[in-house]
Amino acid sequence: MASKLTRSNGAGWAFALPGFILLFLFIILPFFFAFWFSLTNQRLISPNPTEFVGLSNYENLLGVSILTLEPERDEAGQVVRDADGAISYPRVRTITRNPDFPQYKGMREWFRWQSGENARVVVAKDVVFMKALTNTMLFVLIIVPLQGGGALGLALLINQKLRGINAFRAIYFTPVVISIVVISLLWRFIYDGDDGLLNNVLAALTFGAFEPVDWLGNTDTALGSIIVMSAWQAMGFHMVIWLSGLQTIPATLYEVAAIEGSSSWQTFRYVTWPGLRNTAVLVLIVITMQAFALFAQIDVMTNGGPLDSTQTLVFQAVERGYGKQDISGGSTISVILFFIVLLISLVQRYLTREKR
Amino acid sequence: MKLTKILVASFCASTLMSGAALAQTDLTMWYHGAGNDVESKIINQIVDDFNTSQSDWKVNIESFPQTSYNDSVVAAALAGNLPDIIDVDGPIMPNWAWSGYMQPLQIDESKIENFLPGTKGVWDGKLYSIGLWDAAVALYARTSTLEELGLRTPTLDKPWTKDEFMDALKKAKASGNYKYALDLGMNDQGEWYPYAYSPFLQSFGGDIVDRSTYKTAEGALNGDAGLAFGEWWQSLFTEGYAPGTSESPADQQTGFIDGSFAFQWNGNWRAVATMAEVDDVVFLPAPDMGNGPMIGAGSWQFGVAKTSEHPDGASAFIEFALQDKYLAAFSDGIGLIPSTASAAQMTENYKDGGPLAVFYDLSNAQAKVRPVTPGYVVQSKVFTKAMADLANGADVADTLDAAVDEINADIEKNSGYGH
Repeated sequence: MASKLTRSNGAGWAFALPGFILLFLFIILPFFFAFWFSLTNQRLISPNPTEFVGLSNYENLLGVSILTLEPERDEAGQVVRDADGAISYPRVRTITRNPDFPQYKGMREWFRWQSGENARVVVAKDVVFMKALTNTMLFVLIIVPLQGGGALGLALLINQKLRGINAFRAIYFTPVVISIVVISLLWRFIYDGDDGLLNNVLAALTFGAFEPVDWLGNTDTALGSIIVMSAWQAMGFHMVIWLSGLQTIPATLYEVAAIEGSSSWQTFRYVTWPGLRNTAVLVLIVITMQAFALFAQIDVMTNGGPLDSTQTLVFQAVERGYGKQDISGGSTISVILFFIVLLISLVQRYLTREKR
Repeated sequence: MKLTKILVASFCASTLMSGAALAQTDLTMWYHGAGNDVESKIINQIVDDFNTSQSDWKVNIESFPQTSYNDSVVAAALAGNLPDIIDVDGPIMPNWAWSGYMQPLQIDESKIENFLPGTKGVWDGKLYSIGLWDAAVALYARTSTLEELGLRTPTLDKPWTKDEFMDALKKAKASGNYKYALDLGMNDQGEWYPYAYSPFLQSFGGDIVDRSTYKTAEGALNGDAGLAFGEWWQSLFTEGYAPGTSESPADQQTGFIDGSFAFQWNGNWRAVATMAEVDDVVFLPAPDMGNGPMIGAGSWQFGVAKTSEHPDGASAFIEFALQDKYLAAFSDGIGLIPSTASAAQMTENYKDGGPLAVFYDLSNAQAKVRPVTPGYVVQSKVFTKAMADLANGADVADTLDAAVDEINADIEKNSGYGH
């Protein structure tokens, strides 16, 4: 096979060449550029020469340490408490902005927890990046089952021989064809806090008992709102992939199952699902990789806010590289993202391998 | 061989002939106003007038939509494809000049001595850009609102103090007639934030960056004045006076006109449309937070690209465009403030007694340019994020500290931006 591919297949290689050149120019070469830029202080536009800075971009993004704050005590040595009885601690800025502690310079509180009377504070050099990282992970974790499962449900629904089933297929597929920017703008109206469609519908369903929620303006609901909307948008695409998988399962298997008297759940569990195995691996990996690239929805709907609750890695890479003209910072995020996605893909490949 | 010679000769001849027929040298120009018919018509008129007024230069204009204009220029600069004449947003100019994409204008100082201070783009002691107009911000209100709430009408000489301003908001809220006492335009998280809100910070005595050195923001943004400003800013949202970052753009556009807001902090470019809908609208000067009332200055301006082979022609065009009649035409067309007092007298809205004359006075008296440094491009984004975070309830000191750290790290990374 290999020998045939390399030796007597000149025409094939010639046909593939334009594609390879484009891939090399626009995917492979930029990746090596990004890797190199992440080790320099490259700017978008600047008269200063580019300098090699080693791993300092990575240190500035990933630097984390833990502070222990002791409670403030009054003269008698008693712990000072505020009106609610909560222990009062010195402010973190008294340490991070103190010349006596140069190792904490430029760090900021990420989160804290209580340990006895003391408070443990995790400070990070780049809290926004850390939040972007955790938000992106959370987004991926939730959207993979949501989008994949939803798409499978839709595929099962439309994999029937009914009159007009093509109309439903077309309807479910429409969001995939519409530009994500347009969809994001529309969902901004749907999620509007005052008189958005969603609030109105919920108010009507509950006869006015529902209190309007500012879906995108609230730190608790913003990321969830974007997850739901993103899952809905790309569901049609994965539905088609599931559908193609469903249609490769031989009808004879279903006939046998019917003759054996299996219930519809048993049919799904022992006939449909094993037949979808390879499709499932594909859908899983594609959704994961697409989810890591979350950008347009954030850019149009929230700009990463409120309070960084919807920051994502790609949004930050673009914001830094282009908005703040810091190509090295944006490249560093891209490289980190590359390794995360690579690692997760390898793990997924391993977990879903054919067991022989 | 012979054939080549003939070809070359005939090519040279044809070039010479066409050169003789078109004695004008071509200049290219980029403009940010694509999609705005009125604006395009005026700028095209200026270009046509210039091209017919002399026989040395011929300007060809290309327009871009405003949202992608800056990106287009930066991309073109990286690719080495800049036109001769570019227009540039005032506060961005130092960045482009420092990066080596612009060159100083060859325009005599005396030609622009009467121009409003915010229209002159000066970097490193040299004039790099000049604006045909400026923009100003005022507190939109209704006379009926002021009477109903029993408020003194502030003037340029005697603006509201901070206490009077907060008292006005409190009364407006207590009246129950308005959805919000004040609209700040928080939905527009772009250059509007530093343009509209950093003058408040300056009025408190702080600033985005320490302008005496431009080397640090420590103490300017997170000093006592900065913290006082931050607390006040946050209170506007926690007290429910103003809608926050999730305000819908549609509500922001119509809110003052339909009476949902008692006051609105808005630019003069919305003034003409508002006057058409609201009979008794008045444009009040900014409140004095302690260090004098201040508003932002600096709008779009014209400059010459470093790569231009004909800077003399480009400057000639810009100088031609600076005539009062064109300043007046832009002002009448899109409501901007003309750069000179003599042009203001030729306009409908800004002549003495005109409905927007107050904006000319505001711009002349209170306008402060944003920090004049190449690092402003980053500082603007950092400030915008800090203001949005504060409005959403982030801790004031921590947020301003983080902004200072980011600004300082950026200045350091750029070796002080040439200051």
